[in-house]
Amino acid sequence: MSDIANKVRGASPSQPPPSHRGQGTGWSSHIATILDSDLFYSFWRSKLVVAAAILTALLVGAALLAPLIAPHDPYDLKSLDLVNADMPPAWNSRGDRRFLLGTDDQGRDILSTILYGTRSSLLIGIASVLLAVAIGVTLGLWAGYAGGRADSFIMRIADVQLTFPAILTALLIDGVALAIFKSYRMEGGKFWILVISIGLAYWVQYARTVRSVTLVERNKEYVEAARLIGLSPLKIMFQHILPNVLSPVLVIATINLALAIITEATLSFLGVGLPPTEPSLGTMIQVGNKYLFSGSWWMVAFPGLMLALLALAVNLLGDWLRDALNPKLR
Amino acid sequence: MLAFTIRRLFEALVVMLTVALLAFVLFRYVGDPVSQMVGQDTSLEDRTRLRLELGLDDPVYIQFARFVGNAVRFDFGISYQVKQPVTRLIAERMPATIELALAAALFAVALGIPMGVYTGIHRDSWLSKLFLTVSLIGISLPTFLIGILLIYIFAVWLNVLPSFGRGDTIPIGFWRTGLLTASGLKALVLPAITLGLFQMTLVTRLVRSEMLEVLRTDYIKFARARGLPERAINFGHALRNTLVPVITVIGLQLGSIIAFAIITETVFQWPGMGLMFIQAVQHADIPVMAAYLLLVAFLFVLINFIVDLIYVRIDPRIRILRRGA
Repeated sequence: MSDIANKVRGASPSQPPPSHRGQGTGWSSHIATILDSDLFYSFWRSKLVVAAAILTALLVGAALLAPLIAPHDPYDLKSLDLVNADMPPAWNSRGDRRFLLGTDDQGRDILSTILYGTRSSLLIGIASVLLAVAIGVTLGLWAGYAGGRADSFIMRIADVQLTFPAILTALLIDGVALAIFKSYRMEGGKFWILVISIGLAYWVQYARTVRSVTLVERNKEYVEAARLIGLSPLKIMFQHILPNVLSPVLVIATINLALAIITEATLSFLGVGLPPTEPSLGTMIQVGNKYLFSGSWWMVAFPGLMLALLALAVNLLGDWLRDALNPKLR
Repeated sequence: MLAFTIRRLFEALVVMLTVALLAFVLFRYVGDPVSQMVGQDTSLEDRTRLRLELGLDDPVYIQFARFVGNAVRFDFGISYQVKQPVTRLIAERMPATIELALAAALFAVALGIPMGVYTGIHRDSWLSKLFLTVSLIGISLPTFLIGILLIYIFAVWLNVLPSFGRGDTIPIGFWRTGLLTASGLKALVLPAITLGLFQMTLVTRLVRSEMLEVLRTDYIKFARARGLPERAINFGHALRNTLVPVITVIGLQLGSIIAFAIITETVFQWPGMGLMFIQAVQHADIPVMAAYLLLVAFLFVLINFIVDLIYVRIDPRIRILRRGA
């Protein structure tokens, strides 16, 4: 449908009026806005952005398809053999053909572990960004639309949290959760603890942005009309105002995805993230770091490179999106 | 000005009390403080006595008031893990973190400002593009990865700099400094670069964009028309006017340097407060966590407060705006 929608949109002015039309829901009209031809023009113009997009797609694809394309299964403890531990990459004379990028201290294939690790890093990153968006957008809409006491209360909390760097907030929530759940042995639980700590650390920016847009939108005629026909405030906020605040949210979310991935890796590296049995890029780097002095550079170099490439590519995409969606810079 | 100061002071107090409440809840309700402090074979009577001594049977608001009172007198209780007063642990660790943070800030400013000025003046030279590319990579790379990379190059490969610890330290009063010995200075280099790199890219970008803005203004054009030398225009007129936002940002960044010191200290096993905090988190050592939380919050609130006041003093426009309102 995007092709047709694009051709139709291409002829109309690039910024559709804020109220959404009869056809389609708020979401589909927003997607059509994103696929606006101006955006695609600025996308194809920059080779760097195209390269970043291809790289992101490749890395994400490889990570999501990890169970299909990885030569080994790092979760399968039976396949591990300590004889294979600490092997350099295949092109090294001591290397083994079966392990293209070498093995780690437990004999796990680095390539497979990176694929699986990137998968959990990405999943945690995406889940925590979704959580942050959900919290931030809801509170932002509420603060902006309701105003008064709710507004000043929410924004006060946002201000206080903004005083602290997000990584510190995430670390604190993570640390407290660890202390609370220390007595429970939860294997999958660490995943959600990480998602919640990172999500709670990054909601503020969304709330502030959404609030400032909502403050403008709520006085417009279409909101007044919606109020006049007796729609509930919830319906007005989420069905009428929400579509108009989504493009800045999308920009922040893209940039925050890179930040969330880095935060997860950092927490795991600090030893308060995922346990080594559940590989993520951060835990791999943490383990590899211990073997740096014995010359086993491959254990930290490849996951490190993967993390750097992923963060860089997503960052470039976010930067481009910000410039492209900002009408002032066009 | 006085009303403004008082209002900011009041706000700072509210923030501190909120953080104190968080720290108190953490201390009081995450796990049982008594069973954390005693051994497994402590009798029930001893436990009850300790409970009474700590005042854990008092009403919650009295306990909170006592907690705040103790915190004001820098009494944060005994660490669960090492069984020493938290205050002493912090006093031992603080000099290391402060020296590291200052060295990192110095590195960021000493390199960031010249790079920002250069890229601002020579917008399209290849060196500017190189600086900006490097700064983009510096922002994208996580701190700990930069640290590991530096360790690999300078400690493992070239073997010229140490990769962990502080080297030899000399006590000056209670302050153990590593700045006066050769090994201490050598040990400081890699951690300071790791910690300062992100701030450096930030300063570079900020100075660059401010320079670009200022160089377009009329008084710069007028200075050119008067035939002043390029150097006097760039440094005497332009750079000086970019410094207000730069000082503000550096001031605010001091706080985040302290926070990111946690990561750097872990990578380099630097015996500062950040490493202490991470070890406390790993061992669920609540009193240390609570104390660190309060201390960092205090530092942040203090820095924000000072920056706010300086801002009002430096920039007359804000003062006039406030008087009008």
